[in-house]
Amino acid sequence: MERGLRQTWAFMFRGYHLTRRYLSWVVVFNFYALTGAAAVALIGVAAHDHQLTLTLVVGALLWNFLSVLYNEIAMSIAYERWEGTLEYTFMAPVSRLVHLLGISLFALCNSIVNTTVVLGGLMLFTPLSLTGANLPGVLVVILASTLAFVGLGVMAAALPVLSPERGAEGTHIFQGSLLLVSGVYYPVDVLPTWVQPLSALSPATYTLSACRKLVGIGNPATTAERLAAAPLSAVTGELVVLVAMGFVLIPLGLWVFGRVESWAKRTGRLKRTG
Amino acid sequence: MTLPAIQVCNLRKQFHRRRKRRRTDAPEAWALAGVSFEVARGDTYGLLGPNGSGKSTLIRILSTLLVADGGDVRLLGHRLPEEQARVRWLIGRVSVDAAFYKKLSTRENLLYTALLYGLDPASAERKAMHVLEQLGMEQRTFSAPLEEMSRGMQQKISIARALMINPPLLLLDEPTTGLDPKSRRDVQAFLEDLRRREGTTILLTTHDMAEAERLCARIGFLAHGRLVAEGTAEGLRRQASAATLDDAFIGLTEETAAAGDTPTGAPTDR
Repeated sequence: MERGLRQTWAFMFRGYHLTRRYLSWVVVFNFYALTGAAAVALIGVAAHDHQLTLTLVVGALLWNFLSVLYNEIAMSIAYERWEGTLEYTFMAPVSRLVHLLGISLFALCNSIVNTTVVLGGLMLFTPLSLTGANLPGVLVVILASTLAFVGLGVMAAALPVLSPERGAEGTHIFQGSLLLVSGVYYPVDVLPTWVQPLSALSPATYTLSACRKLVGIGNPATTAERLAAAPLSAVTGELVVLVAMGFVLIPLGLWVFGRVESWAKRTGRLKRTG
Repeated sequence: MTLPAIQVCNLRKQFHRRRKRRRTDAPEAWALAGVSFEVARGDTYGLLGPNGSGKSTLIRILSTLLVADGGDVRLLGHRLPEEQARVRWLIGRVSVDAAFYKKLSTRENLLYTALLYGLDPASAERKAMHVLEQLGMEQRTFSAPLEEMSRGMQQKISIARALMINPPLLLLDEPTTGLDPKSRRDVQAFLEDLRRREGTTILLTTHDMAEAERLCARIGFLAHGRLVAEGTAEGLRRQASAATLDDAFIGLTEETAAAGDTPTGAPTDR
């Protein structure tokens, strides 16, 4: 037990110190996330539409959280390839479950910090009031969607094991596709008909749908001063889907990763140069 | 009777190159074409061979990073790849490229490895620092990022990292390549002392004949994926009727090439 905890901590320890050493880049990425989110949210302010502003703010915050979480996990193997340490991690006596758990926990911390920075920035740029929002409910939904995104991230992390260059590209293509089909800034019914079925496969679709209800978006009783939020029971359907996705995607992600690792060991793809 | 630390029997590995147009895999020459050897516990065994002879492939298989196509490998009695989880606790590896997080300091890199192996960080760090001091490194360098260090210093840290986990079996893939003569001598003296003191079994690949002669009880010459000769340095010199190990190496490995023994077909079972 103690050994497992130390091994999990190893990945958080490494992530923390790498963040510290690359601090100026971390500041740049956070700044860019903040300005991007503010630029999107100000579209709603310019339209003098409180509901639109709120939709854009919720979309920007959630996408920021989920994409940082996904990206940090998905790119973890690519980072190791670039550093040249992948073989050392893979020959260490640490189970892949503990390895990916450690990476996911660090990713979660990272995305919480990043989203807090963006939220703080949005408070400065938009006349945002969260009075009346069901924030505990939002946290429950985010927690449920975290499971599904960890599963997706683990699956995507296998791509750079398959191919050092193409794999990293693939993780970004997948991330971009999620952004498009999940209706982050718009309802999914504005997507072309042939794309709409894909939105049902994205956990972000359910996360956004639930969070919009929990902050009162779409509720006619919502005003700029007070949000008319739905209770948690109103998003039971979305929560069930998210939890189910998490329960399927995490084991599936580990299975896919294991298969890819075995393939890489047969074909010699773990080698530093790929 | 004590089992050998390393038992390799008829080990075979072939890589495939992807043919883009046909989207199929084309087999390359055998990287390892039926290699067999044993290393007794506490011995240092040298594996010498020209570039591309299969040395690193062999080390990767023993490090659980590559799965062989055929043959049998046992490390300290544990079979690979079936018992790879057990084997990983028993091996330390130093590769030709010191693979570290270059932005992190020596201390941070070593603590990360200690945690990865579930060790108590404080005692693991003490051991690693002791090794570094024995290798002639100064304490003040331990908090500097590795990117600021020379290759020789990084390689010494790589050795300290491998030894921090107290492995009974050490796999060294050209650990002194690119080191200056003083650093090379420090590392060689340390390895001699380690084998004497701890009884660590060492498998060493190197291009340096003098190093092999100094450190290894037995030496194997690998060429074109085959072990073409094996024995003590003296025995190999005698076998090749050569004055030096360099001459013996060139004579015995080129003999294989001249005999057209480049293995492209499937190796026969032995």
